[in-house]
Amino acid sequence: MKKEYADIIHRCFRCGWCKLPLNFKDFNCPSYLKYRFESFSSGGRLWLIRAWMNGEIQTSERFAKILFSCVTCKNCVEACAMPKIRQYLVDMVIAAREDMVEQGVIPPGVRDYLKAVSISGNAYKMPQEQRAIWADGLDIPLYSGQEYLFYVGDVGSYDEVGKKMARSVAMLLKKADISFGILASDEITDGNEVKTLGEAGLFEQIASQNIEKFKGLGVRKIITLSPHAFNSMKNEYPKLGGNFDVYHYTQVLNAAIKDISMAEVDLKVTYHDPCYLGRWNNEYWAPRSVLRSVPGLELVEMDRNMQNALCCGGGGGNFFTDILGTGPDSSSRVRVKEAIDTGASVLAVACPICYRMLSDAVKAEGLEDRIEVRDIADIVNDAVAV
Amino acid sequence: MDRIFERLSDIVGSDYVSNAAEERFIYSRDPGVQRPHEPDYVVLPNTTEEVQKIVLLANEEKIPVVPLGGGLVLSGLSIPLKGGIVLDMKRMNRIIEVNEKSHYAVVEAGTAMGMLSAYLAKHYPTLKNSLPDAPPVATVAGNVMIHGSGHLSQSEGGFHSEMVTGLEVVLPTGKVVKLGSCSTVPYWFSRAPLPDLAGLFLGWNGTTGIITKVGIKLYPRPLLNDGLMFLTEDVDTVPDIMFRIVNTEMCEDLTFFITPKPAMFEGFQMTIISITANSDKEMRLKKEIIRDTLKDYYESKEAGFVPIPKEMKAFLLEAPQKNLSAFADVRKGGGFEYVGAIIPVEKIPDAYRAGLEISARNGITYSLGGRMIGRGHSFMFYFAYPFNRADEDDMNRVRQALDDTNHAALKMGGIPWKAEVSGQQLILKQMWPATYEFMQEIRGLLDPNGIMNPGNWEVNP
Repeated sequence: MKKEYADIIHRCFRCGWCKLPLNFKDFNCPSYLKYRFESFSSGGRLWLIRAWMNGEIQTSERFAKILFSCVTCKNCVEACAMPKIRQYLVDMVIAAREDMVEQGVIPPGVRDYLKAVSISGNAYKMPQEQRAIWADGLDIPLYSGQEYLFYVGDVGSYDEVGKKMARSVAMLLKKADISFGILASDEITDGNEVKTLGEAGLFEQIASQNIEKFKGLGVRKIITLSPHAFNSMKNEYPKLGGNFDVYHYTQVLNAAIKDISMAEVDLKVTYHDPCYLGRWNNEYWAPRSVLRSVPGLELVEMDRNMQNALCCGGGGGNFFTDILGTGPDSSSRVRVKEAIDTGASVLAVACPICYRMLSDAVKAEGLEDRIEVRDIADIVNDAVAV
Repeated sequence: MDRIFERLSDIVGSDYVSNAAEERFIYSRDPGVQRPHEPDYVVLPNTTEEVQKIVLLANEEKIPVVPLGGGLVLSGLSIPLKGGIVLDMKRMNRIIEVNEKSHYAVVEAGTAMGMLSAYLAKHYPTLKNSLPDAPPVATVAGNVMIHGSGHLSQSEGGFHSEMVTGLEVVLPTGKVVKLGSCSTVPYWFSRAPLPDLAGLFLGWNGTTGIITKVGIKLYPRPLLNDGLMFLTEDVDTVPDIMFRIVNTEMCEDLTFFITPKPAMFEGFQMTIISITANSDKEMRLKKEIIRDTLKDYYESKEAGFVPIPKEMKAFLLEAPQKNLSAFADVRKGGGFEYVGAIIPVEKIPDAYRAGLEISARNGITYSLGGRMIGRGHSFMFYFAYPFNRADEDDMNRVRQALDDTNHAALKMGGIPWKAEVSGQQLILKQMWPATYEFMQEIRGLLDPNGIMNPGNWEVNP
């Protein structure tokens, strides 16, 4: 483990503040919520990593599960009582994953994901040519010097709800007269999950490839569909020489929405903060501001919102590796029930991973007739169409 | 597969049993300096019936059972000294009932103090529970079982164990009993007027049974809270200052602390007076009454009120105080442990001097302080020593300091609270012999196979 983390990991007191949100509503660490053993809490995990480094426990399937079930949602960072180490809590988990990846002893789900990305350029092992199917019929140009590159990413390109979301965002960007283009089959994964899963070398390779491509095309501004891509391109790419103005699509929409004419709707909506937009990048207001711009839309908050939001469970690579797994205590299912408690009929999302996780959870809970998961752009599009 | 593992899996489901090295490691220790002991199994029950079945199995197999709440006691009370089953109760965290008019809540044993507080804030905003200074994941049952105290202990009735209105307990033989009014009627309003059996499970460190439900008193939640800080350099005046403030009956919580850092505080005894009110007028009046009662002190310049910096006030009035957990990082080492001695109020100066002397003798730093329990009925004085978890010598120094402090607390007429096993032995050696014999007789009757948290409350573990 990197010395900077090895030198501080013993400073976790395992006091448990990290299990709860700041308002103590309920367990807010998805892996602890699901498994309930102390070992799956943030503090337990850090103590086990230290024990593993000291040789007190050995590499095992169980330890790998504990390590890779962290969704990197940063609730622990938000809630930790130790001001001097809290910002490094998730970094220490990722650093331990890096060590494990280097040793070549990783869970099959992680291995399969990394192999798929490495070989196919995307997590779905799908042909690159099919990347832009989502854009069929929308008449979206390839990027050739427009103001923005619209980076869609793997989930937006291949997942059914992701594709729907990509279409909604693109349609809205067009309605707002925003100049943008896409990479289509030239697009590859952004690498955010590769990094959080501990494959630092592959991440560098992916990021460098993207940076070179973006620079070659003269890209200066990027709109991302996913908060995960937003995070890596905004915070990690600059370390490798990729300095672009990176925006999540809700930020661009928020600036443009005043020029979009909308009709009155009758909707009660609650918004789910994606971790990589909220806790990772402190963007809580742009999505809410977009929603509040829709005439007639009533925005209500869940008990856990903004810094206290419960992760959908798909972060840290879990969307692809499914190490956190399903079940009634999975955070996505707990989250949709929390959304129901607000009385909202729509659960708004701003991330394709959250979109898929929460849509599946609504089905698993049998709540289809009570709440619908919808992307923010889709909600706005409907208001425009009305 | 391990036969016991298989049977435990049949009871709670295989997802909630572990005998893996990872869980045995984590559940072998708590965040303090006590030595680790590994359990054989960690089990997460979800219902009273499951707890009952586990206890029956443990009797059959003659294996120890150690109940665990938040795991934050620091003195190792839920470390399985003789192996066996650690029963992590935190899946049982349902809030079963709040009786608003009769001011109580009924919760399952694994309910976190903070989660009860959040629930009340949302659904019963005029009510609140007393919160310990432990992190918010500390459980209601764990805290009452160790005679914990909290931010309403001064104004609202003492130790949290005194706020218990009823219990459901799985006895070591597997029988489930209800204690208090809930044994007779569908309400959990009090332990009176029935024979009070709850005491058989409060303060016993899980050696007499497993609490599965708790009725706990709730209190009014005034709209406003504020605080005053009173400083003196003369520790001998502190008992009188406390006595006067308590007797005004104007404050909610009364604590004091002494800390060598930051340097501006060194040498001062700082009394924190938390006040709640429902209007500005009431707040002003309460403050005025408290100020008046200490008038001769501040007029003589022996002591005085000082303004509390805004940031400091925020954390001093916070319940629980996050800053107290951060004390663990004072030595950049992720740990502290303390002796929380319950002492007569007049012994505060002796405790202070003992704390300074012990920390100096052992070459360690400290934080000293405490909370008034009841209307001046006793004082919980903490001697907290931070340590560096990566430095075994440092941990040994703190172990020695804790032992020295236990001796000092008993010598001055106090009793170490939630003492580690060695501290318990010191207490028992000083205890009236017939009382100790009585304790052992009760344990023998309740737990004929000696399965419940063995090693605790024993002269010769």
